Amino acid sequence: MGRYIIQRIVLTIPTIFAISIVSFVIIQLPPGDFLTAYITTLESGGQVVDQAQIDALRNQYGLGEPVHIQYLKWISRTLVGDFGYSFQWQRPVSELIGERMLMTIILSVASLLLVWAISLPIGIYSAVKQYSPGDYFFTFISFIGLGIPNFLLALVLMWWAYSYLGMSVGGLFSQQYADAPWSLARVLDLLAHLWIPAIVLAVGGIAGLIRIMRANLLDELPRLYVTTARAKGMKEGRLVLKYPVRVALNPFVSTIGWTLPGLVSGSIIVSVVLNLPTTGPMLLTALQSQDMYLAGAILLLLSVLTVIGTLISDILLAWLDPRIRFN
Amino acid sequence: MQNQTVPSDSPLLELRDLRTGFALREGYVKAVDGASFSVARGETIGVVGESGCGKSITARTILRIAGTNDSELGGEALFRRRTRDGRPGEVVDLLKLAPNGREIRSIRGAEIAMIFQEPMTAFSPVHTIGNQIIEAIQLHHPVSKDEARATAIDMLRRVEMSNAERRIDAYPHQLSGGMRQRAMIAMALVCRPQLLLADEPTTALDVTTQAQILALIRQLKAELGMSVMMITHDLGVVAETAQNVAVMYLGKVVEYADVRALFHDPKHPYTQALLASIPKLGREAGARLHPVKGMVPSPFNRPRGCPFNTRCPKAMPGVCDVDMPGPTTIKPGHTVSCFLYGAGDTRTEAAQ
Ligand SMILES: Nc1ncnc2c1ncn2[C@@H]1O[C@H](COP(=O)(O)OP(=O)(O)OP(=O)(O)O)[C@@H](O)[C@H]1O
Ligand SMILES: [Mg+2]
Repeated sequence: MGRYIIQRIVLTIPTIFAISIVSFVIIQLPPGDFLTAYITTLESGGQVVDQAQIDALRNQYGLGEPVHIQYLKWISRTLVGDFGYSFQWQRPVSELIGERMLMTIILSVASLLLVWAISLPIGIYSAVKQYSPGDYFFTFISFIGLGIPNFLLALVLMWWAYSYLGMSVGGLFSQQYADAPWSLARVLDLLAHLWIPAIVLAVGGIAGLIRIMRANLLDELPRLYVTTARAKGMKEGRLVLKYPVRVALNPFVSTIGWTLPGLVSGSIIVSVVLNLPTTGPMLLTALQSQDMYLAGAILLLLSVLTVIGTLISDILLAWLDPRIRFN
Repeated sequence: MQNQTVPSDSPLLELRDLRTGFALREGYVKAVDGASFSVARGETIGVVGESGCGKSITARTILRIAGTNDSELGGEALFRRRTRDGRPGEVVDLLKLAPNGREIRSIRGAEIAMIFQEPMTAFSPVHTIGNQIIEAIQLHHPVSKDEARATAIDMLRRVEMSNAERRIDAYPHQLSGGMRQRAMIAMALVCRPQLLLADEPTTALDVTTQAQILALIRQLKAELGMSVMMITHDLGVVAETAQNVAVMYLGKVVEYADVRALFHDPKHPYTQALLASIPKLGREAGARLHPVKGMVPSPFNRPRGCPFNTRCPKAMPGVCDVDMPGPTTIKPGHTVSCFLYGAGDTRTEAAQ
């Protein structure tokens, strides 16, 4: 197991390297170099920029030097957490994205847990009671869940929470906590706001995973090992949970990896509608205004998080399935 | 021997006109269609027949695991239970028990156990064999995990699993086919059942392993004093292990006899054809038996009359394709369902 984990970690290094090159290329894509744009911004702000400062910056970013030197300088800065400078916000990128990254992760994990907590039992029920009224009901509901655009659901939930619960549900914090330092009260405030976006983001995933769990379990239920367990005299409920569900769970685990990019790319509209301080809307505006250091940093971090998510799901999968672990 | 207190004419299991059908979209399948025979204490009964004749479903019906909710059962399966102190107890009709209810679950594994045709897929791939054997013990005995583990290791040793202390923690895919079948036997016998349903336990194995496994089952049967229902398509296995044999064709028992009578004086044309098909020398063990001319009729489209009349060399037109013959007793312990020997005991009596 230990060896397998180390192997998998080593294998992520080339992937992360490739991701960093793509991010670097994206940053270089707009015409003109970063420095020209920087000087223009400073001058339009009425500042005088002297040649010595320009030269220092030119050297720092390796501009005019061969591409691989530029890449090396960029990646070594990135590795110590310096993601460059955002023109649009006039602030270093690292200051901008720290909290948003955290919020994105919190929201992802919250909706992932919600997806699992709801779709697992329903999927199991639907498979064990195939073609029962309950199965048809959940099938119907989950097709609605798959079909409904989630920004629409976001709007409906916002309206409902506002008019019936008297909650204002934009964002992840109330006004007084939005920029406050972390405290217990702020965490509680976050939790009070988290559920609507978590539900909205989870609905599509819940509907999808109910279908997957149902299909997986229907594949496993007729297998001989289930009959063997029944022939031992096991209770039907315990039997189903211990054997076929356990095997059917494996494909579930592999969904961890792709939850994150799905949430970020698929939910930008939801985040805009719900005014969430996550990376999605920021990535959108950064791309629109060609704020490339910001966009590149967000893409880089999200991709790396995805790789880590996949790594975690692979390790979990190996832990769950001895056939992977021992090969 | 506790068995000696039981009268010799009291069978452990008695099947009376056992029927199992499946209502499928394509039609109704009579997988078992009136099978009657009994299993005495300490006896090994062979059940033979071509693929699809309902051997497995007969065994699964006894354990009530033939399909979960889509099977329709008929007839009786009378089983004499064992009391807590190991004496013969009351007789229950297994078919009357609630599906997956408390009583059938207390019989499964504890009093009637089953080993399956494919040892590859009969264990859960994601649990160790030890986990699955220990579970079988703890389902029926209130013992601690450590005690159950010790029992499991002991049982693995008895099925001649080398290195049992270590192999108990192996996953099924880490064992060879023969080892897996040994583990399967250990799991089936760990609660010392009265009856073992062995559904082609050696079909998937090579010849050498096959012989070892059969010897093992014979030996454990003697040690534990249990009865065995040995399901097979291999008459060689029957000759080696069984005292009595039921020959099945399309869900019916067409002939029942002791092993000597069956091999030396087969009555039913189907049994005769089966025996004629055994090559005398160097026969390939484990090869599927397709001895008789023609195909087994589709279970959805059964022939009228005797199910074998479409392939029978001795079929009598106007008789065999009209009515189903009942069992005729040739001599005590040897019955055959064929018009060559009469229309059946009850009908002949009624006609006279
Ligand atoms: N769950 C089921 N649902 C519907 N039909 C079934 C089911 N299981 C078995 N059958 C049918 O019942 C008949 C008897 O099957 P069974 O498995 O008992 O044959 P068998 O004698 O054991 O054959 P083999 O030697 O191939 O194992 C077959 O026609 C089969 O298609
Ligand atoms: Mg079979």
